[in-house]
Amino acid sequence: MSKTYFTPDHEWIRVEGGAATVGITDYAQEQLGDLVFVELPQAGKALKKGDAAVVVESVKAASDVYAPADGEVTEVNEALSSDPALVNNAAMGDGWLWKMTLSDESQLEGLMDEAAYKATIA
Amino acid sequence: MSEKHLPLEAMHEEAGARFGTFAGWRMPLTYPAGVMKEHLHTRKKAGLFDISHMQLFAVEGRDAAAVLSRACPLDATALESGKSKYTLLLNEQAGIIDDLIVTRLGPNRFMVVANAGNAKKDEAHFRAIAEGFDVKIEALDRVFLALQGPAAESVLLGAGLDLSDLTFMTATEPRENWFAARSGYTGEDGFEIALPVEEARSFAEKILADERAMWIGLAARDSLRLEAGLCLHGQDLAESIDPASAAILWALPKKLREDGGFVGSEALRRILAAGPEQIRVGLKPEGRQPVRAGASLTNEKGEVVGRVTSGGFGPSVEHPIAMGFVAKAFSETGTPLFAEVRGSRLPLSVHSLPFTPHRYRKG
Repeated sequence: MSKTYFTPDHEWIRVEGGAATVGITDYAQEQLGDLVFVELPQAGKALKKGDAAVVVESVKAASDVYAPADGEVTEVNEALSSDPALVNNAAMGDGWLWKMTLSDESQLEGLMDEAAYKATIA
Repeated sequence: MSEKHLPLEAMHEEAGARFGTFAGWRMPLTYPAGVMKEHLHTRKKAGLFDISHMQLFAVEGRDAAAVLSRACPLDATALESGKSKYTLLLNEQAGIIDDLIVTRLGPNRFMVVANAGNAKKDEAHFRAIAEGFDVKIEALDRVFLALQGPAAESVLLGAGLDLSDLTFMTATEPRENWFAARSGYTGEDGFEIALPVEEARSFAEKILADERAMWIGLAARDSLRLEAGLCLHGQDLAESIDPASAAILWALPKKLREDGGFVGSEALRRILAAGPEQIRVGLKPEGRQPVRAGASLTNEKGEVVGRVTSGGFGPSVEHPIAMGFVAKAFSETGTPLFAEVRGSRLPLSVHSLPFTPHRYRKG
């Protein structure tokens, strides 16, 4: 059973059995507009909570996506190199950004669930 | 300083615009279609832009032409009635205070269109030069709309405004207190129309009733002008940049460069004699990653040889595009360079401008 958490910076992190998938929320992709490039990290990269892990670039500007927790990148979404618009079309699904291990699952406790996140953007 | 609001703000709200601040104005950045579709729509059909943040000045009086010829590298006395000219406001060092469009409307009447962010500065500069001359400079309150794209002429006709007699860079006053020019900043055929605030909503509604027309935000305005190789003052043009470095000498008649008496003319002659140190060029990044304004440009040895002043993605050309200033020795088309982006070196090359061919209606 997976559980999805949300950050105040509009990232989501879906956790299942100690591993996590990270992306940006649908609200975030809407704010950014059409994405034209996603700069992904290398697998194996160690992340600290709050690190700029990915840069998403819209027609107009570049924006950082932050690591929601400590851990190591295990996989990145290679499909985004040829089709960055996947993030616009399916931010919570096929437009995921990277997968990671979690060094400290207790860090997730400070994040929001979907209802709490939705309340912040309402 | 409080944000300035467009007179048609409610219309943009109703259209679902996302707003942002630009030059002190609350401007529609994108509409629900998004920057990519808005950009492509403009090149294919007709895009409607609210450019009321730009400032129109009526310059009238016996000395109007003389004052404009002093303020700008422009022979305003020789400008024919109904003709528009892209020109500049220079300081004594030939630095570019603003870029403008000046249109002659009659023997002693001109219309000047200035950039939003520079309007106050421009007005003060004009007034200082006009001191002691028989000329009145009036900042006009208008809604200013641009309709750009291949269907623009036909859409306007449907909205009850026949501007088919105009060719690129000519203008007319179709109704009382209206001003209409065949011009724009997208590289497409199109029109810029200033009209009284109280008539604007119904006119915009008539345009939008045509399914070929839709609102286009500032984000697409920027990607369109960058593809068209056009400069944005505050990025590609600035008071520290002269017209030779900016590669816009085409806007200055040759004779005026040699013997003109406009403000900045002496400094410009010195710059022309010595040759500019840096020059504005187009830049095409090799990969998919955009290069943004502010990035340093380096040569193969890693020496800094220039900087990016505008950069983004070109939806029509389908690759990243940029403009910047490079040392003369590196300005030739095809010259390989690198942009420093977040610690990595992205290969790019000097590219000819524009990235998309201009499609103006030239008589």
